[in-house]
Formats: sequence, structure tokens, C-alpha cells
Amino acid sequence: MKKAQIKLVTMLTALMLTTVSSAEYGINLRKGVTDYSQTAYDMHMLAFWVCVVIGVLVFGAMLYSIIAHRKSKGVKPEQFSHSTTAEIVWTIIPIIILAVMAWPATKALIKMENPTENGKPMKMDMTIKVTGYQWKWRYDYLEEGFGFLSTLSKDSNLARQINSGVKPETVDNYLLDVDKPLVLPVDTNIRFLLTADDVIHSWWVPDFGWKRDAIPGFINEAWTNIKEPGIYRGQCAELCGKDHGFMPVVVEVLSKEDYADWLSQQKGEQAEEAAMVEKTWTKEELMARGEEVYMQQCVTCHQADGTGIPPTFPALAGSAVVNGAAADQVQLVLNGKPGTAMAAFGSLLSENDIAAAITYTRNSFGNTAGGMVQPVDVKNLK
Amino acid sequence: MGHDSHDHKPKGFVNRWLMTTNHKDIGTLYLVFAFAMFITGGAMAMIIRLELFQPGLQFVEPDFFNQMTTMHALIMVFGAVMPAFVGLANWMIPMMIGAPDMALPRMNNWSFWILPFAFALLGSTLFMDGGAPAGGWTMYPPLVLQGGKNVAYLVFAVHLMGISSIMGAINVIATIMNMRAPNVGYLNMPLFVWTWLITAFLLIAVMPVLAGAVTMLLTDRYFGTSFFNAAGGGDPVLFQHIFWFFGHPEVYIMILPSFGVVSEIIPTFARKPLFGYVSMVYATAGIAFLSFIVWAHHMFSVGMPLGGELYFMYATMMIAVPTGVKIFNWVATMWKGAMTFETPMLFSLAFVVLFTIGGFSGVMMALAPVDLQYHDTYFIVAHFHYVLVPGAIFAIIAAAYYWLPKWSGHMYSERLGKIHFWWSTISVNVLFFPQHFLGLAGMPRRIPDYSTQFAEFNMMSSIGGFAFGLAQVFFIYIVVKTVRGGKKAEANAWGDAKGLEWTVPSPAPHHTFDEFGPVDLKKMAHGEVH
Repeated sequence: MKKAQIKLVTMLTALMLTTVSSAEYGINLRKGVTDYSQTAYDMHMLAFWVCVVIGVLVFGAMLYSIIAHRKSKGVKPEQFSHSTTAEIVWTIIPIIILAVMAWPATKALIKMENPTENGKPMKMDMTIKVTGYQWKWRYDYLEEGFGFLSTLSKDSNLARQINSGVKPETVDNYLLDVDKPLVLPVDTNIRFLLTADDVIHSWWVPDFGWKRDAIPGFINEAWTNIKEPGIYRGQCAELCGKDHGFMPVVVEVLSKEDYADWLSQQKGEQAEEAAMVEKTWTKEELMARGEEVYMQQCVTCHQADGTGIPPTFPALAGSAVVNGAAADQVQLVLNGKPGTAMAAFGSLLSENDIAAAITYTRNSFGNTAGGMVQPVDVKNLK
Repeated sequence: MGHDSHDHKPKGFVNRWLMTTNHKDIGTLYLVFAFAMFITGGAMAMIIRLELFQPGLQFVEPDFFNQMTTMHALIMVFGAVMPAFVGLANWMIPMMIGAPDMALPRMNNWSFWILPFAFALLGSTLFMDGGAPAGGWTMYPPLVLQGGKNVAYLVFAVHLMGISSIMGAINVIATIMNMRAPNVGYLNMPLFVWTWLITAFLLIAVMPVLAGAVTMLLTDRYFGTSFFNAAGGGDPVLFQHIFWFFGHPEVYIMILPSFGVVSEIIPTFARKPLFGYVSMVYATAGIAFLSFIVWAHHMFSVGMPLGGELYFMYATMMIAVPTGVKIFNWVATMWKGAMTFETPMLFSLAFVVLFTIGGFSGVMMALAPVDLQYHDTYFIVAHFHYVLVPGAIFAIIAAAYYWLPKWSGHMYSERLGKIHFWWSTISVNVLFFPQHFLGLAGMPRRIPDYSTQFAEFNMMSSIGGFAFGLAQVFFIYIVVKTVRGGKKAEANAWGDAKGLEWTVPSPAPHHTFDEFGPVDLKKMAHGEVH
């Protein structure tokens, strides 16, 4: 009986170990690509090994006692019930161990919260404002005066629908891919300002070594300096509603030169977009653009066929708003609906995107409103 | 002392159970209710593990998944673990201190019978338009306020649970302070009684805080206040501070009585007095005190000032000291004893080891700079499940095996008990250990679907989960079988166990210690030694 039990436990442990070693993914914290993430990793390993040593001693003593001090061996139980010396020793020693761990932890925390360079407060080279929405991120490059939304990529979004028939294994970076990643330069002190528009979110890239909550009405601060170009992936870490699991964070880190190129290209595109607000669009143009925007920004709540998920997310098919006056629908989309997941898209999307998406909803899902909303109409109502 | 011949049990279901003021019957009601909730909450956990068995969504929509995680936690915390300990307190405290009953028997009845209504209220939201609360058991605004009608039901259910807990706690304190047999001093009391006394004070201190927090949610949602709404001048983080001022003592409310249970069982089967009785009492009080001043370690990522983070980190690390004292004392109790390994002892030993593993990850997370990585990942899920499942729940199971002979008058089958133990212990580790790896590798908690890199450990964890769930269904079978029949239990079912409960016959008569008078301190676990 006893031997069989031991054998079973050994086999299971062996099974677990082989699975672990054959797997390609990590079982430990990442060292990451910033000074801070390395510090956090070192702290983690220190604490881990302290726990292992204490565990070996305590469980070892317990195991020895279980083997040696059993009634079946005919031992007579001793009757001692305290020892002041022992009790003082095992109170003092843990205090010392904790103090030893607290020292580097304090230094690491200061590095995160009050970073200094050569004894002076660290100078930040650029600032990114991160805003959490249900369920997407917006990144604003404050010095450059532009920004964009970053949502789960279409492939992942399609595959993650219940019974979608698409195997997650066939999707690249399933659930960890976005339409437009945050792009950052390497070796730059970057300040993050984090906030949210609806509920609390938490912005986390494990390779940077920290997460920070994005809280509506408040602005949190964090910073990083990334040492290696690459693509780094994370996720929202604070429960934020039904699609909490589907708002990844993807950061593409470029060399300084590539970043400068990317920046000028973005600015060119922004200017082009701005010019297109004034032109009159054809219905085909609006519908094509509208479908694209709808499928990226609106689909999670209002669904691909416009039926929504009532009562939380109303249907657009047959909706009084969508079939009513165009100006009212534009107002609703621009200003959002407080207390719900409907964000104020006026500050999130371009006039072109909003006009196109509204035109699309008014001409789809069996809606009869028809007609077109031109970007310039949206601009006038802003 | 016992009345074997005439036990005065009221006849009929209504008189016996609905109207009961008897501490043993109320204890039984609590335990049965807790077990029913344990199975309900467990079924929800099975849905969670089923959906997480492989990547992609196969069974439930994300919103329903969130309802399951929220309801699972609320039911397990308020419906299973807490009532189970109140049930144990009801059954055992009067018998352990030589009291005829609880001090406030009618309130005792009331505090139990509120619970089914509280959980009916909470459970009814599952069938409503918009479904059950889905914002997590922590109920953080603004998210929780997006719930539909369920917000009001959630708030009032929490109020009722709070009222029940507070009344239960008042009863425990009144009983322990006033109804000890005349020669039983505070430092003669069994450690289970001590840990419950301290727990009861924690309950009275923090349940009203929770009630206040959820009332503010209610007024924010329905009456236009802005306690937690930044747009109206409020602060969403304020809720987190209030919640965790309740929430951290709450986790000790769930673990201190477990310490008490284990401190009764290990000496019995090591045949040796509990080591360091007085230091155990001080350590319990120390943990209880610290529990009030560490709450914001649940919030290292909300953006506190450096000074605040440092303070909460240091204070949290200090908890390791009294907790360590307890663990060392248990090992010292075993040391040079003459141990046997009946089922209650096996569960207690597993408790010491696995709770300590949960404690280790706790110390790691106390370190704020790394907690910015661990926070809100599966690492924390692994941590609190280690301290609550092979922690609190193993202690409750150990207590059930230990005192079942006293309650039912029958010995359980040792063979079945051992099967239950090995089955539970192996599966609980397969269930929760891989979750450490998932968290470190970057999997956030409370997500219904995950990136493919997390697939293997999730599948392993789910398999462990199903096996563990099944093991607890097996436990029902063992308990029912024991209650129905089996080897007759002696008054002292374990031969030479200390404690006044072992001086009355098995099953314990309906009324015990109904004559006021001194008890034999030599029969008490700590009556003469400390």
C-alpha cells in the first residue's frame, strides 16, 4: 500500500517534470528588456531561493519526524511543550531574512517610482498617454500631437468567437495581436501617463517589468527605457468586463532611426486623413470604409450582424437611433453614452471613420434609414 | 453529564430544524448548508475549468464566464468557508469550554436562517435579464455598476451575509467570555476556541466596513451619489481601500479557525501536547492585528506614493513572522511524538505543507517591486487557492473527520478516508501548482480564453480540477455512510485525545454540560500544560 502510493507520487511528479521540460514556453518570470524588469526578476529569484531553502529545512524536519517519530516504531512520545530559546530563535531568524529581502526591494521600488540619473530626477525624453476603453487601448504621442486606437486583430477576433471553427493554434499570436501596435524607440526614457474612459484597466507588458492601473478620472504615471528593439506583447490585467481577455497590448520597439521614419510617415498619413474630411465621399467609399471600421471598433458589442447582446449592448438592427435622424446618431457616437460601454468616439476616431461607420450601420442589418453621412457633417456637429 | 436515555430532541422538521435553538443542531445546519454551497461553488469552478481546458471559446460566452468567476468566489467565501467554520464553532465551542449551549440561542437560529435567503437572493440573479454580477467578487466600481438589476441584489445579499456573520460572531464572543465552566480560564481554552474568539472580533470589526462599501455602491448606482465616480468628484480607488480594509482581515477570518483545528488535531495524533501554546495564542493575535494594517498590498499597481508602497510592503512582510511561529510550533509538536496517520492527521499534515507553500508565494508577492509583475496573474490565483483550498478547506475536512465520530456516533471508514485524502491531495496540486507557472509566464487572471502558449498548463490544471471536484462528491458518500451507520464510536473516539468534547458520549447527546460546575482540567488539551 505505502510503496504503491510512493510509486504513484513519483510517477506523477516525473510526468509533470517531463511535460514542463518538453514545453517551449516559460515557466518562470521573464528577465525582460528593461533595467527594471531585470531588477524585478532578480528580486523574484532571491525570494524564490529563500523560500526554497526554508521549505527544504521545514519540510525536511517534518518528513524526518513523520518517518522517525511514529507510533508503529514503538517510540514513546516525549511530553515537552515549549522551549523559550527555540521560540526566540525562530522569531528572530525570519525577521533577519525579511530585512535582507526588504533592502533590495526598497531600492527597486525607488527605481520605479522616483527614478534618478546621476543623483538628479531622471529626464524623460517623450510621453505616451495610454487610455483604456472597453475593450481597446488608445495611444497618444503627446509631443507629436497624434494618436490612435489599438484593438485585437481581426484574425484573433474571428477565431475567438464561440464555436468559430477556427483553431487558435492556426492564428499567429492568438489573442496577443492588435491592428496597430504602440511604436516606441529604443534606449529612450519614456514616460507613460495612464488613464481610462469607462472602467479600470491595467496596462501590462511583462517584458517591461511592471503593470499600472488605468483609472477613469485619474492619471497614473510610469516609465520605461527599452534596451532591445523587438515586438513585446502583454494584456489588460484588471478585469474590465466581458472582453477583458481580448484587449492585448502590443509594443513594437524600433531603432531610433526607424522610429523617426515611422513618425514622419504617420504624420503624412494624418495630414492625408485630415484633407479627406473636406471632400465629398461616394456611397461605395463610405460603405467600404464603414464596414472596415465597424468590424474593428463596433463589432465586439454590437455584433457582426448588428443584433448586439441585449440588454447590455443594444441591437443596431431595427434600432430607433440608427433608423432615426442622422444628426442624433452622429451625436450619440461622438459623445458616447455615460455609464455604459459606449465610448465618446469623437475623440477616438477620425471624422472619416465615424461618418463611414454610421453610413454603414444605416444601410446594413436590414435598416431602412439609408442615405449617407459625410465626414464634413460629422465635423460640423463636433 | 450526558443524558443517554432521554435526549429532548424536538419532534418534526419544523420544530427540530426551523425553530431550533440547540447549538448542535444549528451547527449541523451550518455545516450542511456550507457543504451544499461548496458543491454549488465547486460546480461553477468546473464550468470555469471546462472553458479553460483548451484555448478558444467552446462552452460559454465571456460574460457568463465572468459571472461564474464572480459567483464562484462569493459563494465559496461567504457561503462555504465562513459558514462551515461557524458550524464548527457552534458544535464544538460549547462542548470545549464546558458550556450547555451558545450564549444567545435564538439569535443563533436567526443568524443561520438568514443565510439561505441571502444566497437565494444572490443566486436568483443568474436567472435575470443581464445575468448575475460579473465584475469579480471584489466588486470594483465602475465595472460592477455596469451590472443590470443584479447590483441591488448583490448589495442586499452581501448585507444579509454580513448581518449573519456579525450575529454569529457576537454569539461566539458572548459564549466564550461568559459561559466557560467556572474553572476554565482563558489560557486553559483549546486553541480552536482561542482562534475563533479572535476571528469573531475580526468579523465584528470588518463586516460593517464591507456593508458600508456596498451601500455606497448602491447609492452610486441608484441614488445619484458619486462616492466612486470621478466625474462627480468621487474616487474609484477609494472603494478598493475600503474593500481591502475589510478584505484582508477577511482572509484571516477564513484561515485563523483552520489554525485552531490543526492545533487540536496534530497533538492528538502525535500523542504530545501542542508545542508553544501561549506563543500560538500571541501569534494568532499578532496576525489578527497585522491584518488591519496591510490592506493596500492588494493594490500595489493603483499608483500609490512611494512611501505608501514601502509601508505596506514592510508591514505585509512582517506577517511572515507570526505565521512562521505557528508552522514551527506544529512541526515541534510532531517532533519526538508517537505519530499515527488517521485521515484527520493526514489532512492536517497536508495543510501544514501546502498552506506553507501558499505562504511562500505570499511573501514573494509582499515584495512590491515584483508584485507589479505577479499582480492580477495566475500566480495570485495559485497563491490564494493554496491557502484557501489545501489551507482552509483541508482544515474543515480534517475537522469533519476528526469530530464526525462525536457528531454521528460512528467511525468513518479509515480506508475510504485515506482514499479521499490521497485523491484530494494529489489532484489539488495538479490543479493549482501549474497555475504558478501560468502566472509567471504572463497569463492574467479572470480571462475566459488565452494565448496558445498557456494551453498545456491549463489543460493540466483542468484535469486536476475535475479530479478534485469528483473527490469531494466521494466525500459526501463517506459522510452520509458514516452518519447512517458504521463502527460505534467510543466517547473518546481517538483513545487518548484531550479536550472536554471527548468526555461526553458519542454521539454527543442533545444537551451537554447542562449542569454548571467545574470540569476536570486534566482532560483539557491545554488545561495543565503551558
